[in-house]
Amino acid sequence: MKLYEIFIRPKSGLNHRHVGSLHAADARMALQNARDVYTRREEGVSIWVVEAAHITASNPEQSEPWFDPAADKIYRHPTFYPLDKEVDNM
Amino acid sequence: MYSQGLQDAKGGPEPEGLLKAFQKRIDNEEKIEPRDWMPEAYRKTLIRQMSQHAHSEIVGQLPEGNWITRAPTLKRKMILLAKVQDEAGHGLYIYSATETLGITREEMTRQLLSGEAKYSSIFNYPTPSWADMGAIGWLVDGAAIMNQVPLCRASYGPYARSMIRICKEESFHQRQGYDIMTTLARGSNAQKKMAQDALNRFWWPALMMFGPSDKDSKHSVQSMQWKIKRFSNDDLRQKFVDVTVPQAEHLGLTIPDEDLKWNEERGHYDFGEIDWDEFINVIKGNGPCNKERLRARQKAHDEGEWVRKAAEVYQQNQRDAA
Ligand SMILES: [Fe+2]
Ligand SMILES: [Fe+2]
Repeated sequence: MKLYEIFIRPKSGLNHRHVGSLHAADARMALQNARDVYTRREEGVSIWVVEAAHITASNPEQSEPWFDPAADKIYRHPTFYPLDKEVDNM
Repeated sequence: MYSQGLQDAKGGPEPEGLLKAFQKRIDNEEKIEPRDWMPEAYRKTLIRQMSQHAHSEIVGQLPEGNWITRAPTLKRKMILLAKVQDEAGHGLYIYSATETLGITREEMTRQLLSGEAKYSSIFNYPTPSWADMGAIGWLVDGAAIMNQVPLCRASYGPYARSMIRICKEESFHQRQGYDIMTTLARGSNAQKKMAQDALNRFWWPALMMFGPSDKDSKHSVQSMQWKIKRFSNDDLRQKFVDVTVPQAEHLGLTIPDEDLKWNEERGHYDFGEIDWDEFINVIKGNGPCNKERLRARQKAHDEGEWVRKAAEVYQQNQRDAA
């Protein structure tokens, strides 16, 4: 059996969110099991199942060099630009 | 204090720098995720605790499954069915979360069936009466909630997340149990007696669910430091007694403990000594139903063999056809 990661959209208008994983022989069985395991109380209106082996993840040990370059680019945030009191909100 | 003297997977010492950084993350209430570095002992402790927890959910279906076909009304039957199905779900959430630590589902199943892995001692007690369904929901799920709520903040992300889902579902379990007890306690004399009898049999085993007394608990200190555990066994047990006694009084039922008394000074109930010999005996496999439970699990596993085989063959055929 293969490992599937399960993603559920709680209601329309929201993103699918990872909720857990389960084992299944194929995607159809994974969907069926996900319905029974993760939506017994109307937790979702849509389910995605993804074979875990198909997910490529970033390396947590590389987190620093990988994500740090964003830290010193404060000019990407609106608060970097002070506004005169007269205009205040923009 | 850092976790000095811990060994890595190959038996060598864990690198001090990594250990320090790890403990700092935990002290900052950061969650540890599956692919993050973690000390081998942390991984092992979690695997032991989480797999025991998952096994308890699965084996815990048996004492209640016993009554599904004989529930007194269709309504009670549907509720019990839903409750037992939830427990299967709980087992699956935690098994999945445990697998992220690098142990396979097959290996966990093997450990359960071989008797190597433990599960909660409470499920080795029999359920001869319908009132036991009430006592279990009220006391056993009640005690489980006490244990599980702090685990929603456990340092290991997948464990904490599965606990959040589980806790949402547990309060239905406890309430339906208390509802059964309420109906019985307000019923005929015979029904009231049934309720009292179930309370008599389940009270002490429910208190034992919190584990050995703090002075005998060998895993506590390290687990607290790693935030896999937030409160001591005795603290949780006390909390459980404090909230449950008034609930019993409300039903007009008597807690089977002559030493039970409100202690004004402490602001807690004092209660009698637990029979630790009984606890150890049940843990060792000599409780009233240990053998029966494992036999039932083994039978279910054997009878499901063809389903697992069929799924595998199906998967192979799909691959061949592609
Ligand atoms: Fe549960
Ligand atoms: Fe439960």
